[in-house]
Amino acid sequence: MNAQDGAQNGAQDIVIDVHHLTKKFDGKAVVRDLSMQVKRGTIYGFLGPNGSGKTTTIRMLCGLLTPDEGEGTCLGYDIRTETDKIKRQVGYMTQRFSLYQDLSVRENLEFIARIYGIANPAAAARAAIERLGLSGREEQIAGELSGGWKQRLALGACTLPSPQLLLLDEPTAGVDPKARREFWNEIHALAADGLTVLVSTHYMDEAERCHEIAYIAYGDLLVHGSVEHVIASAHLSTYVVSTAEGAGLSRLSDELAGKPGVDMVAPFGTSLHVSGRDAAALEAAIAPYRQRKDLDWKRSEPSLEDVFIDLMGKARDNFQ
Amino acid sequence: MTHLIPTQAPRRLPGDGFWRKTWAMLLKEFIQLRRDRVSFAMIIMIPLVQLMLFGYAINTMPRDLPTAVLMQERNDLTRSILAALENTKFFKVTRLPRTEAEVDQLLASGTVLFAVEIPANFERSVRRGDKPAMLIEADATDPVASGTALGALGQVLQTALSHDRDVPDSAAMPFEIRTHARYNPAGVTQLNIVPGLVGTILTMTMLIFTALSVTREIERGTMESLLAMPISPVEIMLGKIVPYILVGFVQASLIIGIGVSLFGVPVVGNLGMLAALSTLFIAANLSIGYTFSTIAQNQLQAMQMSMMFFLPNILLSGFMFPFAGMPVWAQYVGEALPLTHYLRIVRSIMLKGASLGDLRYDGFALFVLMLIAMTIAVTRFRRTLD
Repeated sequence: MNAQDGAQNGAQDIVIDVHHLTKKFDGKAVVRDLSMQVKRGTIYGFLGPNGSGKTTTIRMLCGLLTPDEGEGTCLGYDIRTETDKIKRQVGYMTQRFSLYQDLSVRENLEFIARIYGIANPAAAARAAIERLGLSGREEQIAGELSGGWKQRLALGACTLPSPQLLLLDEPTAGVDPKARREFWNEIHALAADGLTVLVSTHYMDEAERCHEIAYIAYGDLLVHGSVEHVIASAHLSTYVVSTAEGAGLSRLSDELAGKPGVDMVAPFGTSLHVSGRDAAALEAAIAPYRQRKDLDWKRSEPSLEDVFIDLMGKARDNFQ
Repeated sequence: MTHLIPTQAPRRLPGDGFWRKTWAMLLKEFIQLRRDRVSFAMIIMIPLVQLMLFGYAINTMPRDLPTAVLMQERNDLTRSILAALENTKFFKVTRLPRTEAEVDQLLASGTVLFAVEIPANFERSVRRGDKPAMLIEADATDPVASGTALGALGQVLQTALSHDRDVPDSAAMPFEIRTHARYNPAGVTQLNIVPGLVGTILTMTMLIFTALSVTREIERGTMESLLAMPISPVEIMLGKIVPYILVGFVQASLIIGIGVSLFGVPVVGNLGMLAALSTLFIAANLSIGYTFSTIAQNQLQAMQMSMMFFLPNILLSGFMFPFAGMPVWAQYVGEALPLTHYLRIVRSIMLKGASLGDLRYDGFALFVLMLIAMTIAVTRFRRTLD
């Protein structure tokens, strides 16, 4: 079926094509019936709460885990039987820094170049160091680099064999905003060259920099598409209510949270985001509060974060 | 809305609470210990295994030492002597060679530890009162094993024979027992210990190095990206094992070099052959360590498994206590350990100048053990994180 087609004609434009993937650990499904397609050259954001199955999905894509059910292809190769071929073409950056802490920057890169069978490992490592802006740090022990440099080195390591697909598992966790910005510029440059990038993240600003996003919670892929599409499909109405210097917001938040029609209340500085799936019910619920002089109500577009937190709540309701 | 901070602060106990805090720490340690199944098992297993081995397997008073008897004549007297020899419980006649060359080969290969030679016309000489000599050759590479038996020999044999009709009644011994401690005439223990140390030290370091090698990758998180790279388990294993074979050679050379220069341990045999067989031994131990490495969840567990394996190696291989003195079940366990075979090999080559033919059994056993360990190590190694 689809997986077969993907192996033949999909190799050109569909890089990841998987269907009904399920993975269980100790009888508990961590990923359930997950299907996804990723086109060549896209930056595909993978979002979801902790323990939602993002890492498990990524590991299934690169052959580190075998799915219990479902099938599919990655770069046109079967994810069950052709993992060796997949591994040659995929750069995988794990959640934890996974280079050798006791090797130097250069030694780490040369090691990777040798494993991937690159003709001149020393030259390849030198070139990577140049590209990464790590010149002058070649002989530094990887374990002694700062968080931002470590992350940069890890990215350099997984792009060194010039893979066709990058799988990045929360690559920017614990990295400062400037390094994150540079990192994303890099990712966009790589994608412009035709590299496909699947990146999992918790950061909404990063999600907004992806061409496409998918939201996964409790093992289910809930929604996917462009950021605009995801926001629109949530049909969420949102109001921002603010008070002078945030006075009484905490009490207001407690009061609104229980009301029918109000699905979500979240504090943002001196204001609250109040959202509901049913616009009319939300209007009714907040109507009495709109009379209050000390409150300033504004209708607003829901943010991606609002949408995700709502999705998460819904998923949890279904899950339990 | 839930609140993380309790609305009413909990009551606090008065005082600094030295014991209370110590108790909290102690409780936590116990919980962690209980979770670590391997450590928990070790707490029970180590004393158990030690007790069983020392209590049942180890016998510093050797029994039933394999003995070859070369009889130039057969009659009632020689049969009585043989019976008396076996009655001492020290000796067990396992071979009846026909020539002296055969006797030498049996001793060199370690098939027997003693060889008794009864010359021709022995009975006639005894009857004539000529006090003929009965030759007992002992493999003295292990002075402990041979020394005890030889020391007790004269007395025990005389007592046994004095009740025998075929022996002329006389207070004195009717024949002379001439003992010949082969390979180590002075009974120097270093001669036995130094080659033994080559084996035990190699076992210990090789085990620990590789036992930690895979668990370290898992603990540090490098295993995950290694598995995602195009490299096969055999490639990973060989890459991890080969450097330590060189380390093993450095260690062995160091021990042998010091043994020769400081303790005067001879190297009678062929060093090239020793090196070849040592490679087998080192690879076998590395594979065993590697297997532990694939089972253990962390480096501490890997260390404990190595220690657990090292213990019977020291006690049952013939390093500390004579192999022949152990009960049969313990000898079977010993035969399954690479160190047992390697000790025979290294001692035979260094002290006796044994040939490859003499050592074919132990060499083959070592090879088989290495293959088994390697196969287990490679199949145990998981290609995925499943």
